[in-house]
Amino acid sequence: MKKINFDFVGKRKYAFTFSACLMALGLIFNFIFGTQLDIQFVGGAIVSYTYTGSIDGQQVEDMVQEVTGRDVDVQTNQDVMLAGSENTVNQLSLEFAGNNALSLDQQREITSRLQEQYPEQNVAQSESNSVDPSMGQRFLLKCVFALALASILMMVYVAFRFKKMGWSAGVMALVALLIDIITVYFTFIIFRIPVDDNFIAVALTILGYSLNDTIIIYDRIREKRRTAGPKTDLGQLVNESINQNLGRTINTSLFTFLAVACVFVVSLVYNLPSVTAFALPMMVGVVSGCYTTNFLVGPLWVMWKGHVAKRRAAKAEA
Amino acid sequence: MKRVGKPVFFIVAFLILFVTYTSIFGIHGRNGDIPITYIKGVNDIRWGIDIRGGVEATFGPKEGVDATNEQIDAAKTMIENRMVTSNITDYEIYADNTNDRIIVRFPWRVDESEFDPETAIEELSATANLTFREGMEYETSEVDVNGDVVYRTPAGVTAENVLLEGSDVASAQAVTYQDPTTGQLSYQISLEFTEEGAAKFAEATERLLNKTISIWMDDVMISYPTVESVITDGHASITGNFTAQSASSLASRINAGAMPIELETKYYGTIDPTLGESALMAMALAGVLALVIVSLGMILIYRLPGFIACIALLGQVGLSLAAVSGYFGFVSSFTLTLPGIAGIILSIGMGVDANVITSERIKEEVRSGKTLDGAIDKGCKNSFWAIFDGNITNIIVSLVLMGVFGPTNIFSMLFGPSTTGVIYSFGYTLLVGTIANFIMGMTASRLMTKSLSGFKFARNKWLYGGKGK
Repeated sequence: MKKINFDFVGKRKYAFTFSACLMALGLIFNFIFGTQLDIQFVGGAIVSYTYTGSIDGQQVEDMVQEVTGRDVDVQTNQDVMLAGSENTVNQLSLEFAGNNALSLDQQREITSRLQEQYPEQNVAQSESNSVDPSMGQRFLLKCVFALALASILMMVYVAFRFKKMGWSAGVMALVALLIDIITVYFTFIIFRIPVDDNFIAVALTILGYSLNDTIIIYDRIREKRRTAGPKTDLGQLVNESINQNLGRTINTSLFTFLAVACVFVVSLVYNLPSVTAFALPMMVGVVSGCYTTNFLVGPLWVMWKGHVAKRRAAKAEA
Repeated sequence: MKRVGKPVFFIVAFLILFVTYTSIFGIHGRNGDIPITYIKGVNDIRWGIDIRGGVEATFGPKEGVDATNEQIDAAKTMIENRMVTSNITDYEIYADNTNDRIIVRFPWRVDESEFDPETAIEELSATANLTFREGMEYETSEVDVNGDVVYRTPAGVTAENVLLEGSDVASAQAVTYQDPTTGQLSYQISLEFTEEGAAKFAEATERLLNKTISIWMDDVMISYPTVESVITDGHASITGNFTAQSASSLASRINAGAMPIELETKYYGTIDPTLGESALMAMALAGVLALVIVSLGMILIYRLPGFIACIALLGQVGLSLAAVSGYFGFVSSFTLTLPGIAGIILSIGMGVDANVITSERIKEEVRSGKTLDGAIDKGCKNSFWAIFDGNITNIIVSLVLMGVFGPTNIFSMLFGPSTTGVIYSFGYTLLVGTIANFIMGMTASRLMTKSLSGFKFARNKWLYGGKGK
């Protein structure tokens, strides 16, 4: 097997440019599409039904508007497979405009009107969610808090464990994590997935994974610094550390990616949007985590250290 | 290197296979006709409402109304009583005093083919305020589906003069009553008053002899009997157009008492069991597929350590399931939701990583020309802290998730107990998965590798990623 020796530190400009372009692209998409917050955060209502045969979407829309006096988006989904059963069903989902909850009475009325209107179609309510806007805001606050707290605690832990590399090691890891989270966020935007509690779960998991990658590389750097002389070039040392770890990084990321991909494909086949919305950003996050650790963290840290050393030298001269 | 004895591999592997097998299938016995569960398996896992179907609702006072802690707690007790009287036993309920919220979760009732979640939510939070009032003046009347007239909203003297309230009733019971002259059976509700209530009722019946006393449930008049005699023994009955079901439902609502504050439904979610079941099957399929792909990959790439990693991974799955099903006496069972399953899958990812790191390090040392024992020893040592630190950061994540989204803990002061059990479940399975990783990925797989390397057939360096002899 040939030894891979890629100059991660030397080629950093390409990686930085690539990341910057990606971020810019994401921002543009964000600007065009806007951020779609799930009803969990802003309030609102979605009700789904299963049925057989066919249903006239326009007719349903008119009826629901008449009952609730609200605009509604009616979507139908044909021939959805059910795991563990040979039958397929059709799904009907009503997404209400605005951020107000739907009253229990209104929902009951919609269900009974649907069943009256389509007696042959076996209409049955399958899922409903209705959130009061005040509840949603609190939930959003909670999620942001959890994300911030977890990031800070992890940073402190890394800084503590790798004291010898200086606080900059923790800071650089944080930069990489931020990029990962933003990438996951852009995935939600680009694929038009409403940002919900799934986002928090994915973001935190990717945080853990990406930081884990970073820790393993830092661990190598720490180990190498112990054995190497003080004159060793830091850039070369970091390069060696990353390259020696490459097998592990790629294999682990590949396995994780494949495992999540299994979940993604299966949830796509059986139309489980809640799981798909979780698995897809996760796949992107795994790739991003692997990329930022190898191409950004180490080189950034070397740059920082170089910068500090230069300033120190300038001071000593003066 | 300190050699690990040859039998260790078989002991550890056997233990892992045993734990995994029993945590999946459980151990069941029979005592005569009664099945006994000695060890809980997958079938005994309590599934979240997103899988087996169910209802989640959050109640709170009307906008702008500030409820006291006592009111919220009393309302919570009330909802609990109502769930018990309507035979919902497998429920979860939290009171959130910081935000004046009550959160309820309960499964779909399988015994009812026509389960109506909206009505169930409404009944739980209904005010259920029983009053006895003077006269029978009302504001509106309408005809319901069955053709009966429904009188609503007390008016005039009826609105002003409340004679007794639900709290004056000690107990209510639905009874059948046979008319002595016609022989016709009817349903009614027999009431027993408290001492205080009995006195009030005696006084009222004396004052209103031969006049009408109306009985109201919240806003609806359910009965308007004429007082025929003074009742001093503290017993009364409500007659009306009752069926067996409506009589017992009313009796249990009276027994459950009145809500101390008027509650609004702030959030509700319902999910039907068939869809949830399909999701569960799909996740199980995905889990098995992922495990097979990862195992094959590990064996192909890392050979012998890869094979050992597979056993360790199996053990990790077993331990995670065991921590959820209540397999160990000291860990109580946990409600498993879809994100919870995702948490298990992710922690298995970490388990894979632990094994990959160790195997990579061993391969490196073998290729650098070390003896086999030396390479294994060094590889294990070199990889230890990286895996350790990675696991700790995961534990930090899971603890934060459980803290912020959990029922009651240090963060509750800031945010109140959780409204979404879903993320909490993810945190929990990630935590137990990571702990399982310490046991399996870091301890068991090392013991097995060291022990197995003592066998003659396993001395070939090729098996560890070397170039072979």
